[in-house]
Amino acid sequence: MPHDSRPREDGRRSQSARPLVFAFILRRLLQAIAVMLVVGFIAFSLFNFVGDPVAQMVPPEATQADRDAMRHMLGLDRPFYVQFATFIEHAVHGNFGLSLRIGRPVSKLLEERFPATFELAFTASLIALIVGIPAGVYTALKRDSWISRAMLTTSLVGVSLPNFIIGIFLILVFAVWLGWLPSFGRGDTVQLGFWSTGFLTGSGLKSLVLPAITLGFFPLTLVMRLVRSEMLEVLRSDYIKFARARGLTDRAVNFGHALKNTLVPVITVTGLQLGGIIAFAIITEQVFQWPGMGLLFIQAVQFADVPVMAAYLCLIGLIFVVINLVVDLLYYAVDPRLRVESGGAR
Amino acid sequence: MAIRQEPVEAEPPRGYRVARERLRSWLDSDLFYSFRRRPGVILAATVAAALALGAAFAPWVAPHNPFDLATLNLGDAMTPPAWMAGGSRTYLLGTDDQGRDVLSAILFGSRMSLLVGLLATVLAMVVGVALGLVSGYAGGKLDAFIMRVADVQLSFPAILVALLVDGLARAALPRELQDQLAFYVLVVAIATSGWVRYARTVRGTTLVERNKEYVQAARVIGRHPAAIMFSHVLPNALGPVLVLVTLHIGEAIITEATLSFLGVGVPPTQPSLGTLVRIGNEFLFSGEWWITVFPALELVALVLAINVLGDWLRDALNPRLR
Repeated sequence: MPHDSRPREDGRRSQSARPLVFAFILRRLLQAIAVMLVVGFIAFSLFNFVGDPVAQMVPPEATQADRDAMRHMLGLDRPFYVQFATFIEHAVHGNFGLSLRIGRPVSKLLEERFPATFELAFTASLIALIVGIPAGVYTALKRDSWISRAMLTTSLVGVSLPNFIIGIFLILVFAVWLGWLPSFGRGDTVQLGFWSTGFLTGSGLKSLVLPAITLGFFPLTLVMRLVRSEMLEVLRSDYIKFARARGLTDRAVNFGHALKNTLVPVITVTGLQLGGIIAFAIITEQVFQWPGMGLLFIQAVQFADVPVMAAYLCLIGLIFVVINLVVDLLYYAVDPRLRVESGGAR
Repeated sequence: MAIRQEPVEAEPPRGYRVARERLRSWLDSDLFYSFRRRPGVILAATVAAALALGAAFAPWVAPHNPFDLATLNLGDAMTPPAWMAGGSRTYLLGTDDQGRDVLSAILFGSRMSLLVGLLATVLAMVVGVALGLVSGYAGGKLDAFIMRVADVQLSFPAILVALLVDGLARAALPRELQDQLAFYVLVVAIATSGWVRYARTVRGTTLVERNKEYVQAARVIGRHPAAIMFSHVLPNALGPVLVLVTLHIGEAIITEATLSFLGVGVPPTQPSLGTLVRIGNEFLFSGEWWITVFPALELVALVLAINVLGDWLRDALNPRLR
């Protein structure tokens, strides 16, 4: 890391930590902007790859002069970098043009679809945490019980299963054979301003169950294994031994001391997974015909609907960059060791 | 490979003896020992071998040819598996809506899945290893650039990168070429999503090896940098690469299946397992579950077996990771 290497006493944070934090944030921000520019460039070149827009817009009997006039009107005769700058400017304002397939503004389409994807991703993360953390604690505390072994084996098998196959098997069992839960769509939704929510109706909640389990399964196994390995690590440490020697109850030791110390990495990993969950929602939404952004995107890929692809790409890129940035900054705030390291103490 | 200068008079039994000794030393090796001791791994190897053989020899093993329209009989459509009421011995796992034998379709489908998975893995490995070697050996700006690209790509899930490459190709290629090139587009898309791991690993090894005496010696006697990279540095990086390859194959097969399931993979005329699952998915509600469940099970068995083998290889080759 290109940083000043001022000598620093161990264990004491000097006043000069502040400019370092500032430099760190600045560097991360610049990096994030660079990534967004690259993503924007890919989206922009998408537009330029797909044939000649002028040829599609002018009638076949048009003269060369007509074409040139059209080209000039669309700004296609301007230098490449000016066009790119215009594209970025429009993108920042959320203007990606009309969908080729549906013929409506792309930003409008995404806005309509966003609540569905968000509610699905949110529920899936919640399931991953609510089931994953206790499962991880249990498998760490009762390492040799057969339930732990079964849970670990299931999680290993689950990692090898493609996401869509889990969804199909869930549909087969719970929708087709047992008929308990619906297998496609969002059910009834309630409109709250621009946000359409499925949380408030019975059929909306029921429709959410299978897709959320499908989407949450992978992060669930991840959280479980992470909590387990962190717990095993912490339980071996001296302060846990000391807590036991003090005669604290198992409950206080395991949950008050051990679990608390495992939560920082768990929160980080879940945060980082959130982007992955939104990306993997593409698959889940296809399986369950969930009317979210992922379904919109996959239809756009099939039909080569460039404006939608470009807009989705920029949006996903933005989500990823923001999540990475926030996690980096949180880590920096939470873990003092990182600060010392980038301060050149090592 | 060390080429030893042998005396010219090579008697016939010699080759046999060498082969037998090689076999014996392999049977005595730690690798084979750890293989023998784990029944799960033996089972996985058997399953993987059986499925791979079935896929490789599909045209000869399959009871029917699912792509020969002349042999299809619409009257046989939607026949359930042989053990269910209405099933027939001719179609062990039943037939789909066009009277295609599901078992045969699975054999041909896994052929496609394995082919795409293997090609994509090999392509990713070649590109990743080359970039890793260059990055580690050359250093400087080139290294920084390659690793930056790798970092950025790593923060996006592989499936998204593959989808993006696939979508880009779809938008760029003329429509009439798309079906012909779909196979190659798919291989390139999956390979693009997986090269980073190889580049990082090989770069790490190269950084270490670069400063060792034998590399310096090679440089001093004036060998070409490319020769040093490939014949001196590369062999030292091959162990980890082998492990990565085994673990990557399963992942590549999953990515292919997912893309095909999403309808952006191989063309439907040459279905892979993912395509078969997607086609069968439509009949889930009318009760014909076998059309989708059997290809799905084959996919799970294939990936699981390969992953178990990959895990075993990683543990066996690198005791530190255990």
